[in-house]
Amino acid sequence: MTRDEALFDFLLRLGDNTLILGHRVSEWCGHAPVLEEDIALANTALDMIGQTQMWLGLAAEVEGKGRDADTLAFLRDAWDFRNLLLVEMPNGDFGQTLMRQFLFDAFHSVLLGRLMTSSDERVAAIAAKASKEVAYHLERSADTVVGLGDGTEESHARMQAALDYLWPYVGEMFRADAVDAEMVAAGIAPDPAGLREEFDGITTRVLSEATLEIPASSFGHKGGKDGSFHTEHLGHLLCSMQWLQRAYPGCEW
Amino acid sequence: MTETIEKPTEAEIWQWLDAVPDPEIPVISVVDLGIVRGVEWQGDTLAVAVTPTYSGCPATSIISMDIETALRDHGIDKIRIAHQIAPAWTTDWLSEKGRAAMEKFGIAPPTDAKGPDHCPHCGSKHTEKLSQFGSTPCKAQWRCKDCLEPFDYFKCI
Repeated sequence: MTRDEALFDFLLRLGDNTLILGHRVSEWCGHAPVLEEDIALANTALDMIGQTQMWLGLAAEVEGKGRDADTLAFLRDAWDFRNLLLVEMPNGDFGQTLMRQFLFDAFHSVLLGRLMTSSDERVAAIAAKASKEVAYHLERSADTVVGLGDGTEESHARMQAALDYLWPYVGEMFRADAVDAEMVAAGIAPDPAGLREEFDGITTRVLSEATLEIPASSFGHKGGKDGSFHTEHLGHLLCSMQWLQRAYPGCEW
Repeated sequence: MTETIEKPTEAEIWQWLDAVPDPEIPVISVVDLGIVRGVEWQGDTLAVAVTPTYSGCPATSIISMDIETALRDHGIDKIRIAHQIAPAWTTDWLSEKGRAAMEKFGIAPPTDAKGPDHCPHCGSKHTEKLSQFGSTPCKAQWRCKDCLEPFDYFKCI
């Protein structure tokens, strides 16, 4: 694996996380419990799709095979996606969506903070731009997790169930592989394992304020970021997201 | 042949761009918003550097189109619009003129204090946040607890 091949994979991981989660969150558009939340979810999704354009655009440039962000987003199949399993999980109820968002925002904010000092200026520039937006996402998802966790009996139970369901997908964020090792060696990105402490600091503080209990089991699902074993949910998501480009290749408007 | 036509100065071009309204907040110009980062003649081509407010802001492509149209209307044919993302856009780049126009329009301008200084309608300091997000990526929804009117707050980033 050359350095550029590793960088390409690393950029796909960043871009696929925001693409898949951006698409998931956009599924709420017009369905959220109240108008303000609908708008907030749509805005969050929009930021993530914007970040996707930058990450996948750079990935295509690094790859140098004439692809662009759109081709990468719409013409790859499930096994070529490099997103964390967490972001492809179904929306569930509003609480589960916000819990997933909070767990991802916490990880995303820590990662982007480190990427701002990447040895690759292009990576640092995108991280600096995205980081400002993600600070807002985290503030909002954390507030909502606290509001619902420390809310009514019903909302508390739903948030605890969401945390129990999603927590096994957290471990994958911090698992390093050969791509990560290459990025660390090049000074482009931090070792994912080194992000855990800061992530735990955020989640422990917010979840305890939300009166929620972090599951004791350290069992973790994996297979998303290296593409080896996505969940069945990703295929269904791609089916709807990519349908237009598959049915009408190259269609533009 | 075209050499004989005098090129407008960069100062003139800034003035023209200051007449291009932001598509979402038409009372302020794209220059007030701080998204035009540079204007420079490169030979007979005018290079304009534009930066997005938020990375997913759908207005970005409209803004580029509006800038191009305005420059063409002033007789400039060769235009290159470059999108630059670094340094990342900040609300510190909003002009004073833009901030004042925004407030008059009913949008509270950004402050460092994570919220509006006062209600843009009645001036009351008693305000509360309704939602972290608003009608566009750059705004949040707030409400005045005295005049009870909702209003947009331009988020500080």
